[in-house]
Amino acid sequence: MNWGVIIPLLVFLGVIFIIGMWSSQKLDKEEGFLSDYFLGSREFGGLLLAMTMVATYASASSFLGGPGAAYSIGFGWVLLAMSQVATGYFVLLVLGKKFAIVARRYNAVTLIDFLKERYKSKTVVILSALSIIVFLFAAMAAQWIGGAYLIQSLTGLSYLAALFIFTIAVLIYVIVGGFRAVVVTDAVQGFVMVFGTLLLLIAVIVAGGGLSNIFDELVAINPNLITPFGADGNLTAAYVSSYWILVGVGVVALPQIAVRAMSYRDSKAMHRAIIIGTVVVGIIMLGMHLIGVFARPVMPGIEVADQVIPLVALEVLPPWLAGIILSAPLAAIMSTVDSLLLLVSSSVVKDVYINYIKPDASIKQVKNMSMGVTALVGIVAFILAISPPDLLVFLNLFSIGGLESAFMWPLIMGLYWKYANKAGALASMITGFGSYVAIHLYNQAYGELLGVHTVTVPVFLSLIVFVVFSFIFKENAYEFPSKNIGKSA
Amino acid sequence: MRNKNTKQEWRFAVAHREALIGCGLAVINFLWWFGFAYGLGSKPPEEYSYILGFPAWIFFSLIFGTILMFVLVYLVVKFLLTDMPLDDEEENSKEDEAMIQ
Repeated sequence: MNWGVIIPLLVFLGVIFIIGMWSSQKLDKEEGFLSDYFLGSREFGGLLLAMTMVATYASASSFLGGPGAAYSIGFGWVLLAMSQVATGYFVLLVLGKKFAIVARRYNAVTLIDFLKERYKSKTVVILSALSIIVFLFAAMAAQWIGGAYLIQSLTGLSYLAALFIFTIAVLIYVIVGGFRAVVVTDAVQGFVMVFGTLLLLIAVIVAGGGLSNIFDELVAINPNLITPFGADGNLTAAYVSSYWILVGVGVVALPQIAVRAMSYRDSKAMHRAIIIGTVVVGIIMLGMHLIGVFARPVMPGIEVADQVIPLVALEVLPPWLAGIILSAPLAAIMSTVDSLLLLVSSSVVKDVYINYIKPDASIKQVKNMSMGVTALVGIVAFILAISPPDLLVFLNLFSIGGLESAFMWPLIMGLYWKYANKAGALASMITGFGSYVAIHLYNQAYGELLGVHTVTVPVFLSLIVFVVFSFIFKENAYEFPSKNIGKSA
Repeated sequence: MRNKNTKQEWRFAVAHREALIGCGLAVINFLWWFGFAYGLGSKPPEEYSYILGFPAWIFFSLIFGTILMFVLVYLVVKFLLTDMPLDDEEENSKEDEAMIQ
């Protein structure tokens, strides 16, 4: 075991625990357990809001899978990854103040609360809860695997032991702290990610003998590495551009991101978050993916893509610093996992249990139920991750695309189109979800349909279906209530 | 009640405008990113010109483009977004302060 690396990591985990504990003490004093556990009482300022959005979004694929892909594919993958800078401003501007105002009037705590009140349809709620549970499970399993691999490559423990440590660490602090703990620790982890990225980038450039040396060697390995078309020249402009939908503008429809767009204190907080979020996402994405490509000449011959970043950090930095830096991907993974975990359990507890099974549940029952479900979900994810599938990035992207196809239009149209109704929303969700799975299977068997990512066609298809069905089963124009609807969450 | 509805519409109208600004930023971002990447990057790598150590397409599309977006987003927030209360009147007395600014 490499204690020089492990000790800084342990210190980092310890700090995260203390913050989780501190947040949960605050939780005990608060009224309204549900909105605090799942939403943190809408009190977050700009910095926390930006950091929690970035930390939730930046995951194993940003720190391990993505740079690993850049390592083998070259600058074409860096180009593709940079479509993600749009998430920094797009989500908050497009959901924007209208979502924040309406969510307050609805007393909405989750994305599903919003859909429930807007469309007044039990089917919409059940279907949404179901797709969140299924797809976020896929996402979580991917993160679980990433976390375990990372701990494994640092400690030399077996995969199973690493997975076990990771599960325990995540569960403890999500269960005790809830959303507030998650957001506060997200912020800490966000800082670690930014500084870790910058430091590692500088160290890699120095280790590679400067930029011009690195580019010379990249050209010597394979000139295609420095073109936008990928190592074997088959990344097309259409395929790369379609990632703008998947990881750029489509992110607006991810439940774990949307829920954060209703948690800020006031419009000033949102304005600050837009600036900070864009800068932080830009630095992390550009930095990490450049590190991935630059690592190619520094450490040729790495075979498991996900191990590029850990191995490079250990190679170019002194061990103690590598330990601190490597807490960045661990931070990214943990902060994604904890948000997903919380969201899945909120779907079960709030959207299904309280809505339909036991509307008159006492606070204590809700509290026990929330923590119990959170623990159960974590343990199931652990079991799923024991014999993991290989391709981390693609498993993760599968779930992102599926959620986007299902939620994009019910959310956006519900917010901005007064003729949007439940027939349209239902048809759109079913079409988006169904065509996503169908096209995913088609693409696996025959290669990309139309040369673009799976998500592209379902997103357009579900928009058309939404509009058509809203007109066929036309209802009166929808007016948002002009004040709080009164029911407390 | 009348007064209230007008206020609601005022805030929603601003929110709609800001959502469109978000879309506009994404379009500019995309065109810049796409234009420089494939405009300068499509020739064979040995013909690339270099700026500050990077091939020109990488410099303009990825590095300069990202910095450009930082600046644009800052300007948009500074000059185009409107401060407004998010809660409704009867619940929040801080609103008046927010309205004055």
